[in-house]
Amino acid sequence: MAKLYSNCTPKSQNLQPKDETIKHLLDYSKALSVICYNKLKFEALLN
Amino acid sequence: MNNNLINDAVLVKNYIDGHEHALATLIQRHKQKIYAFIYSKVYDRDITEDIFQDTFVKVIRTLKLGRYNEEGKFLPWVMRIAHNLVIDHFRKNNRMPKFDNAGDFNIFSVLGDGNLNAEKRMIKSQVEEDVKRLIEELPEDQKQVLLMRMYQDMSFKEISERTGVSINTALGRMRYALINLRKIIEQNNIILTN
Repeated sequence: MAKLYSNCTPKSQNLQPKDETIKHLLDYSKALSVICYNKLKFEALLN
Repeated sequence: MNNNLINDAVLVKNYIDGHEHALATLIQRHKQKIYAFIYSKVYDRDITEDIFQDTFVKVIRTLKLGRYNEEGKFLPWVMRIAHNLVIDHFRKNNRMPKFDNAGDFNIFSVLGDGNLNAEKRMIKSQVEEDVKRLIEELPEDQKQVLLMRMYQDMSFKEISERTGVSINTALGRMRYALINLRKIIEQNNIILTN
């Protein structure tokens, strides 16, 4: 029976987000602050 | 304590309580699954990166605002956010997912239609007609060599035998035929394009 050959599927590739993306998310998380005032919540990005 | 031993629900609680490292552990633990899930829908690295980022921005905001209420189901919840953002992406782009030819092999190089469309066929035939009329303007000896070479695909040796001149003379006539054709085209501002 003939063998079937195909290009690499994406599964075999290293499917991971870039380190910069992870760093950005962690920095964003650290910078994001939620301020509560009278049952209201305000978001503030502190750089 | 080893972060690998802590389950998602505890990490989420720790994060809400202000322990930023808990988020790093959660992302590290699930990044591959979520990223691969998004990539399997959009087949584009950059778009996947954007949607991955937007997913976690939403996760972070929801957790910090205290709106998260799905204890013990962190990954399915994040997947659902990612799925919704993928749908938003396709809605925004007004199209369904398509095969991106990310690899070396391009399927359209095999499936492509090499035929000219109707407009290009018309232009081509008009250009050919114009060229024929221009050739008629050439001196008889040059016209003869050019027609034999270009339209009858004869070699210069065959042309020289047929016309009874030397190969060099045939070559010279061909050269002058082309020079004169260019002159006529330039003088009359004729545009020959296809």
